[in-house]
Amino acid sequence: MIASKSLYPASDVSLRTLPISRQQFLVGAAAMAAAAFAGAPAAATSAQGTDIHPVEIAPGVFVATGAHGVYAPANGGDISNKGFIIGDTAVAVVDTGGTARVGLELLRAIRALTDRPVGYVINTHMHPDHVLGNAAFRGEGVQFVGHHKLAAALSARAERYLSYNRDALGAEAFESTEIVLPTQPIETVTTIDLGGRQLRLEPHRTAHTDNDLTIRDSKTDVAFLGDLIFAGHVPTLDGSIRGWLTVLGEMGAKPARKIVPGHGPAAMDWQPAATPVIRYLDAVASDVRQAIKAGRTMRETIATAAQSERGAWELFDEFHGRNVSAAFAELEWE
Amino acid sequence: MSRSIPTMNTLKRIGAAALVAGLMAVANAVPSVADEDDLWPGLRKELYGAKPILEADGAVTLDAPYRADDAAVVPITLRIPASIGARAKSLSLIIEKNPMPLAATFTFGPAAGNGEHVISTRVRIDMYSNVRAVLETDDGALHMDTKFVKAAGGCSAPALKDAAEALAGLGKMKLRTLETNQTPLTQEAQVMIRHPNYSGMQMNQVTGLYIPAKYVESMEVRRGDEIVFTMTGGISLSENPNIRFTYAAAGDNTLSVVAKDTDGKTFTTRQAGSGS
Repeated sequence: MIASKSLYPASDVSLRTLPISRQQFLVGAAAMAAAAFAGAPAAATSAQGTDIHPVEIAPGVFVATGAHGVYAPANGGDISNKGFIIGDTAVAVVDTGGTARVGLELLRAIRALTDRPVGYVINTHMHPDHVLGNAAFRGEGVQFVGHHKLAAALSARAERYLSYNRDALGAEAFESTEIVLPTQPIETVTTIDLGGRQLRLEPHRTAHTDNDLTIRDSKTDVAFLGDLIFAGHVPTLDGSIRGWLTVLGEMGAKPARKIVPGHGPAAMDWQPAATPVIRYLDAVASDVRQAIKAGRTMRETIATAAQSERGAWELFDEFHGRNVSAAFAELEWE
Repeated sequence: MSRSIPTMNTLKRIGAAALVAGLMAVANAVPSVADEDDLWPGLRKELYGAKPILEADGAVTLDAPYRADDAAVVPITLRIPASIGARAKSLSLIIEKNPMPLAATFTFGPAAGNGEHVISTRVRIDMYSNVRAVLETDDGALHMDTKFVKAAGGCSAPALKDAAEALAGLGKMKLRTLETNQTPLTQEAQVMIRHPNYSGMQMNQVTGLYIPAKYVESMEVRRGDEIVFTMTGGISLSENPNIRFTYAAAGDNTLSVVAKDTDGKTFTTRQAGSGS
C-alpha cells in the first residue's frame, strides 16, 4: 500500500455510500432474501476512472464487475470480475483486477464496508486482468493464495504481462503495478476460515489455464469460478479444451447455489452460466476434430471452426482464432 | 548443403546468452509496423552473398496470416507449383526479425517427386516481421516470396499452455498420411514430434532462469529408401514441430522419419503409406 500515497493523496479519499443501484437490487432480489442487504452495500468512487462498484450478491459476499474488453485507456485495465468475502475475523479478496490502481480501488471499497483485516488475496488463475492488482494488497499478515502451478505460470509470463499491458494502458494508469506471486500454493482441496464462514479452495486440472482455482463459501454457497465461466465475453482458451469441458462436467454434478463468473454479471445461476460456455467449447472441439480428421490445416480451420458461435459473444474476433489455434494444437495429438 | 548452415552453427555457438540478450532487447520494443526494412540486406548477404534473387515470380508462394492468432504457433504454407517441382532443390523459411531468422531449410530428394511441392509448418514470430520463402532451383537460381506478419512475443512465449505437458512425452511422434492434396502421383503426409523446441528465450518456471535453447535441428524423411526431404531447423519452429509435406507416390510408400535435437537425441518413426 506504498502505492496509495503517490496515487491517492489523502484529500482524494472520499468514500461515500451510494443508494442501492438497480443492478444491485435485481441481482440481490433474485438471488437472496432481503436480509442480504442487512449490511448496506456501498461503492467507492474516485476521479481516476477506475471506479469500483461492488454489489453484495449474498450476505457478506461482494462482486465488482469489469468492462468487456482488452486492456485500453478507456477501461483502465478494469476488465474482469473481482470480489471479496467478509468473515467475522478476516476478509478474503478474490482476484484484484488488472492494475495496482484497480486493486487499490477494490481495497478502498472494502475499507468503506469493514475494518476487518484482509487476510487472504486469492487469485483464480494467472491472467493479468485478474492478478495485477495484487500489489495494492501487499502488507503484513496478508497471504496470497493460488493454485500450486500459479507461481510458475505467472513468473514465466511476468515480463510480457507487464510490458504489453503497460504499453496498452500507458505508464500512469499502470503505475505501481507489479507481479505478486502466491505465498500459499494450493495443491489439494483446502479450507480457509474467515470466522463464521469457511472458504473451500479447489485446484483444478488444466482447463482454462493450468492453474485454475475455485472458491466456494460455506455460508452462502456462492462459488467464485474465475475464468472457468465467461458470460457475454467469449471464453479464452489458454490451457486444455478437453480439460475445461471435463471440469465443467464435473462441476455441473454439484453446482453452487450462485456462481461468480470471471467475466460477466456479478452473480449467476449455474445452468445459464455454464450452458453457453459448454456449447461454445463443444462447438470448437467438434469442428476442430472434424477438420483434423479431414486433413485440413490449422490455418484453414481457424477460418472456419465454430463460426456458428460468432453472434453469441462479445470479443469474438479478438479471441476466437486463438482458441481454435490452441484447440487444434491440442486435439491433433488425440 | 546450403549456405545457411554455417549461419545456424554460428548462432548456436553464440548460444543462449546472446539469445537472452536478444530477448531483453525485443521484450521492451513496442511492436510496430515494419517500415522500410534494413535487416534484409544484411541477412540476404549473409545467406546468399551477391546472388540475384527473383522476387514473386511464382516459383514459390508463401501463405501466412497477416495477423497471427497466436505468435508462438503461426501457421505457414509454402508451395512450389508442379511446373517447377522437378527443379526444386532447397527451400528456406526466413523470419526476418526473429533472433534466429532462418527458421528452417528443406532440401528436396528424389522422392519429393516432380509434382507440386507443398510444405506446411508452424513458427514462432517474435515481432512484426517480414516472412520470406527462398527457393533454390537446380540451376542455382533463387526465387523468393514475402509476406508481412503481425505477431509479437512468439519466441519468449512459455512452452505449451500446460507447462507439465511440455516435457512429458518428449520425442513422441505421430506420422500420418492425408487425403488432401492427393493426385495419383502426389501423396501428402504429416509428421509431428513432441518437443518443447526451447528457444533460449523462455523462463524456467521454477528457477526464474532462462532455459537453454534445445530444439529439433534436423529431420530426414524417406519414402522407402529415397529421401523426400532433409530439414535443418532452429528455434523459430514452434514447439511440437509439425510438418506437412507432399511426396511422390511409388511402389513402396512406406515413410520413415529420423529427427535429431540439439542434445543429440534421435527420434524415429515409420508408417506404411497409402496408395501404391
